[in-house]
Amino acid sequence: MLRKIRLTLAVLFFAIITLLFLDFTGTIHAWFGWMARIQFLPAVLALNVGVIMLLSALTLVFGRVYCSVICPLGVMQDIISWISGRRRKKKFRFSWSPAKSCLRYGVLALFILALAAGAGSVVALLAPYSSYGRIASNLFAPVYRWGNNLLAYFAERVDSYAFYETSVWLKSLPTFIIAALTFIIIAILAWRNGRTYCNTICPVGTVLGFLSRFSLLRITVDPDKCTSCGLCSRQCKASCLNGKEHTVDYSRCVSCMDCIGVCRHGAISYRRPVKKKAAGPKVEKAQVDNARRSFLAGSAVLAASATLKAQEKKVDGGLAVLQDRQIPVRATHIVPPGAVDARNFARHCTACQLCVSVCPNGVLRPSADLERLMQPEMSYERGYCRPECTKCGEVCPAGAIHPLTVAEKSSTRIGHAVWVRKNCIPLTDGVECGNCARHCPSGAILMVPSDKDRPDSVKIPAINPERCIGCGACENLCPARPFSAIYVEGHEMHSEL
Amino acid sequence: MKDSMSPGTMNENIMEKGKNISRRDFLKRIGTAGAAAAGLTACGKGEKTGTQSAEPAGSMTYRTNPSTGDRVSLLGFGMMRLPSVGGRSAREGNEEIDQEMVNRLVDYAIAHGVNYFDTSPAYCQGKSEHSTGIALSRHPRNKYFIATKMSNFAPSTWSLEASVAMYRNSMKELQVDYLDYLLLHGVGMGDGMEEFRHRFIDNGLLDFLLEERRAGRVRNLGFSYHGDVRVFDYLLSQHGRYKWDFVQIQLNYLDWKYARQINPRNTDAEYLYNELAKRSIPAVIMEPLLGGRLSNVPTTVFARLKEREPEMSAASWAFRFAGSLPGVQTVLSGMTRMEHLQDNLRTYSPLKPLTEEDFAFLQETATQMMSFDTIPCNDCKYCMPCPYGLDIPAILLHYNKCLNEGNIPESSQDPGYRKARRAFLVGYGRSVPVMRQASRCIGCGQCSPHCPQRIDIPGELHRIDAYVERLKQEIG
Repeated sequence: MLRKIRLTLAVLFFAIITLLFLDFTGTIHAWFGWMARIQFLPAVLALNVGVIMLLSALTLVFGRVYCSVICPLGVMQDIISWISGRRRKKKFRFSWSPAKSCLRYGVLALFILALAAGAGSVVALLAPYSSYGRIASNLFAPVYRWGNNLLAYFAERVDSYAFYETSVWLKSLPTFIIAALTFIIIAILAWRNGRTYCNTICPVGTVLGFLSRFSLLRITVDPDKCTSCGLCSRQCKASCLNGKEHTVDYSRCVSCMDCIGVCRHGAISYRRPVKKKAAGPKVEKAQVDNARRSFLAGSAVLAASATLKAQEKKVDGGLAVLQDRQIPVRATHIVPPGAVDARNFARHCTACQLCVSVCPNGVLRPSADLERLMQPEMSYERGYCRPECTKCGEVCPAGAIHPLTVAEKSSTRIGHAVWVRKNCIPLTDGVECGNCARHCPSGAILMVPSDKDRPDSVKIPAINPERCIGCGACENLCPARPFSAIYVEGHEMHSEL
Repeated sequence: MKDSMSPGTMNENIMEKGKNISRRDFLKRIGTAGAAAAGLTACGKGEKTGTQSAEPAGSMTYRTNPSTGDRVSLLGFGMMRLPSVGGRSAREGNEEIDQEMVNRLVDYAIAHGVNYFDTSPAYCQGKSEHSTGIALSRHPRNKYFIATKMSNFAPSTWSLEASVAMYRNSMKELQVDYLDYLLLHGVGMGDGMEEFRHRFIDNGLLDFLLEERRAGRVRNLGFSYHGDVRVFDYLLSQHGRYKWDFVQIQLNYLDWKYARQINPRNTDAEYLYNELAKRSIPAVIMEPLLGGRLSNVPTTVFARLKEREPEMSAASWAFRFAGSLPGVQTVLSGMTRMEHLQDNLRTYSPLKPLTEEDFAFLQETATQMMSFDTIPCNDCKYCMPCPYGLDIPAILLHYNKCLNEGNIPESSQDPGYRKARRAFLVGYGRSVPVMRQASRCIGCGQCSPHCPQRIDIPGELHRIDAYVERLKQEIG
């Protein structure tokens, strides 16, 4: 019964959290956005005291149910392990092993150090929810979107507007590689030994393990009934149940309840332990083999800027070939409105990719910069930060992007536009343009004659940085290719207009 | 042959009178012509098959050209919207023309009596003449009349040498040594009189073409007119000197009285037609369907047309309107698909002329259509390619489509706002890729002079863009 409740809740949480990363319409977030907010590390980073208290209390009462129900990475491992059991036709495939405490505490120490030092990429690499977010948004979301696009293809043919096509694109190669590697490594560990990751690497698991030692309800083995057959140990995916010695390592037990039903003598139960001097498992020195993953952040080689002259006007059909937009090299990267400043953002962001998944304008993508690896940044070749959209702030569980109202968002300056004279179409092609000025939501661009002595000369943009909010409408809609004649430089500290 | 002769003789009657005829007057004549033709339409095939036959019931209606005596089919094949590989019109993407399909269409058309084929060096990105030449050269030269044009639009082709080279190239592409009909293409476009002088008078090109007519290499010389009516009036005033054999005008039941209202810079077809009839100049009709806007009509209009003639297509009304005017020699239709061709053949084989009630009915229909604020784009694509990559006609047509389907919500308070908003925005993304949408229009204005409908294209695109912006932000 207990196991069934755990299973039902786990599947529900897992499915909905996965959907949070897959859904690009924002409907599921309105209802279940809280599921991302109750994740442990984001709550810590958001200084969400309520959630931390709640999770601590939960662990103190029930043990590490967080790990077996709420944490999507944990449930994912259970699923992989379950499939492995089915495939290998081995029901009892685990065994008890001593805790690898050195590794656990070492990783935790490294993690806390990284947190304190503000090394966001290390934090993001180790945090379980972030890892799952990257896996879901890099590996699952494309499949989901292609499925959607297939439906959209058929919808278009029957004149239905129920589905619309979305673009599937590789937002960042390093992040994709990391997500794929994380998935492969965790999948192999889970396939072979269940919850190895949770009890050796996961810093959240280690922290919760401190609390679960003292939890109110725990798995207990009645030594009077136990025949030391060791069946329970072979069913324990956390390798924490020593059936021979009738002991359980509560810092590792994730309260999955799998062992209760498996005992043929009814010796295992989930209850308040009777006060008895229990011999704790001895900490054995485990060899630490900390394999480090290294990766190369591929830096895009930028082609020399060459302005494409507009083709000569012909008549009767055809489409002009459009050169692909290239990303300008920005001196300061741009972070979304609500991030307050780059430092605050880097400190809070767990790189879970939730905001990247929901950004409907193709603006947010994980950074390839080593210092901010996988944390999102903005760029405007595919779209711009549209005035009506406040999605990233709404979904961020870690307080890296604060939720803003539409009015607040459109008066937050996240950067400023810079004009590049040599690319500007009125000067290169000799035609009137003004597309940047026409679309500037804050009226920061004025068109002025290019020749001060001739008021009727072609007009060029003059940017008033005091009014510019850095939304990128100008950069995105500029006709110059491959580089825009106007681009946005980020601000390290955002400000109010 | 009675049916095909009667309009011809009537034609001459009117021309003898040589004065502006009132609508009532020639409608009476249409009525008599109709009585003669109606007899043939009754008998149909398909009684045994239980299906509607694609074949026309009778034979093609013909009109006689007074200057050469050509017996020209009332349906003319416009080679501007040829099919391309993949099924779209050759002017939509950048695909090649589907020559096999063109051949089939031309064969079918000739087999069913069509003998007038209208092309231009500019059509289908310059590939129409070549394709037309391939398709027609498979038939005896006396089976068809070729019409092509002097399309020296670009200033680089304004010199006599360049224009004459274009003329000679037309013959080469079409694989012929004489042209049946040659038109000065699109007079009145651009800045009107000035551009006309540059293209045809100052360089001596018109004199050259008159000489070619004398030599018999051009059997009929005429012009196609769009835009500035002063050029049209001027050329007709010089009829004594140039002796126009025919003139091509845009005519349909919407433009008959409303062309000027749709765009003040255009002229009502009624005026154009009567000016030609006055001088007994045969009219060749282009845009009888307004680029499909009279076949893909708003739902209410569609219901209205179907109520009156349940078995006839919406397009057939437009073709009957143009064909019923006795001064019309040929009605051109750019047929991309076999179904278009078959439907048009059914309409004109033979023509069932409009009655006076029908005529009034169509005028009322036009009035009703005017209440829809559609943009008068008929997808001719003369504006394309936009040097900045926009797909101008696709944007305008998407707007029109939504207008016709009632998916242009005025305010967020409208009932069904959310549904209409979704239909507009999702449909917009499907019709036009983001990088080619109206938000990309820089307003350089290079397109506008090329528009035969004289639409203020940047103005309309900016208006649509502002509207899209309102929808996206859900303002108002």
